[in-house]
Amino acid sequence: MDKDIYILGIETSCDETAASVIKNGNEIISNIVASQIQSQQRFGGVVPEIASRHHVEQITLVIEEALSEAGLEPMELDAVAVTEGPGLVGALLIGINAAKAFAFANGLPIIGVHHIAGHIYANQLMQPMEFPLLALIVSGGHTELVLMENHGSFKLIGETRDDAAGEAYDKVARVLGLPYPGGPAIDRLAHESDDAVEFPRAWLELDSYDFSFSGLKSAVINYKHNLEQKGGEVIPAHVAAGFQQSVVEVLTTKTLKAAKEYNVKQVIAAGGVAANKGLRASLEAAFENEGIPFYVPPISLCTDNAAMIAAAGTAMFVDGQRGNMGMNGRPGMSLTSWSK
Amino acid sequence: MIWLGIDTANTPLSVAIVKDGAILAEVNSSMAVNHSLRAMPVIEELFETVQLKPNDIDAIAVSEGPGSYTGVRIGVTIAKTLAWTLKKPLVGVSSLKTLAANAVFFNGLICPLVDARRNNVYAGVYEFIDGELIAIHEDQHLGIEDLLDSLKGQKRSVLFVGKDVGMFEEQIMDIMKENAVIAPFPMQLPRASSLIFMAQQSGHEENTHAFTPEYRRIAEAEANWLLQQRKEKGSD
Ligand SMILES: [Zn+2]
Repeated sequence: MDKDIYILGIETSCDETAASVIKNGNEIISNIVASQIQSQQRFGGVVPEIASRHHVEQITLVIEEALSEAGLEPMELDAVAVTEGPGLVGALLIGINAAKAFAFANGLPIIGVHHIAGHIYANQLMQPMEFPLLALIVSGGHTELVLMENHGSFKLIGETRDDAAGEAYDKVARVLGLPYPGGPAIDRLAHESDDAVEFPRAWLELDSYDFSFSGLKSAVINYKHNLEQKGGEVIPAHVAAGFQQSVVEVLTTKTLKAAKEYNVKQVIAAGGVAANKGLRASLEAAFENEGIPFYVPPISLCTDNAAMIAAAGTAMFVDGQRGNMGMNGRPGMSLTSWSK
Repeated sequence: MIWLGIDTANTPLSVAIVKDGAILAEVNSSMAVNHSLRAMPVIEELFETVQLKPNDIDAIAVSEGPGSYTGVRIGVTIAKTLAWTLKKPLVGVSSLKTLAANAVFFNGLICPLVDARRNNVYAGVYEFIDGELIAIHEDQHLGIEDLLDSLKGQKRSVLFVGKDVGMFEEQIMDIMKENAVIAPFPMQLPRASSLIFMAQQSGHEENTHAFTPEYRRIAEAEANWLLQQRKEKGSD
């Protein structure tokens, strides 16, 4: 790399309006996130129409702040990278159309980034990626194991067959009367608990790296229902601890097994649920035992942000990937390789 | 003075570039195609056609709604991003006023309307007074029957404008009788040149960062939440 590469990243796939400038794909120059969590908390979850309305209010402010914090003029950028999908379509369209208008006005190329590729590349901001690499993506919308042989090559080896891990957390939190989002609340309760209810583990077939969390969610609901029928008292902390143990054990065991089978040099965790203390501790311990390098980015880079989109966008830019003014939001976009 | 005008508030798409009071180029279409696929390519083509660079424009006019939530947001997002990064003034104009502007010189009331499903419309009531288009009634979201009842009471001739007028023609004629005039098809689509014309007349300038669509309707989840809050307060 002779000349430094500066990429502006924009992310609006869910309820965070975010913009960031990244240098050479691995150095954060600015990273701005406007969260709507307070507004969305009223509804106990993300309402797509409300999310889109907030994005329109925030988008130019957030981009301006990312540029001014970076101390860069638009003409000093090399490209604009934006989340093309998956996500809420109305929310994606705000980031995409702002990115297109900005790129057009300033004569910059535009690059459409897959949101999950972004989550994986968040790790590139902490340490160089080494291949083969195994990524565990756990968030409100995803639970996936992705094998990477190279930059831009993604092979899905396992995914959830029903609820995403984060979704299961939110649903169980609702059953326990905990606030939205459920992940941090359950993690905290589980951490403080002195006991745990025994819940089943969904291993599925012996050779499968797929996940399933809907059975566990039902088990929690049944446990609470049965106990209340008998006039017993449900202790939320014990339920939270039991639920979390089940989720964490399945995620850790399958990730470890895949890492060994594919003989990977590096394992990374990504996505909002990767910020979970219980999961992080379990994965760290398991991989330390095996001597396989394991990394999780700091919380601010696990939850949705634009730095990760700019990081993945830089790898795509270097590979010659370019989008155009006809870019549309792709709510169901699948993670396909951009290089072989 | 060079203006760029953008209207993506409803199914039709219109983009125009106007220089010193003359249209250099305008594209109008009314296809059920996602504006995110078409709007920026059309804008790019239009600049190519008139051989201008984005930075050559002096001001931007955009249709601020009401209309399709997603449609309005695409136009507003493009317009505010261009205005902000090019450091040009931004003017928002009602999507209904833009339609009403097609009826210049009509002697009577002008009712631009857009279908909002389930027998509801977005509609406004306008009139040209001394060459200026004045809103007689604010744009609103309402039932077609309520709209027609209130217009009937005016006892004046009313011109209905908009590509969705045909859907309601029978009801309109039934209630309004000889006072109803249905605009012919060349007047049914919003035109970005009219949008620019209205923007120039308004003399108003937006705060670009704070600029948001005029939805004329709160989101359903928010309406339910407010209702819930009121109920909880009432039962205390
Ligand atoms: Zn995410």
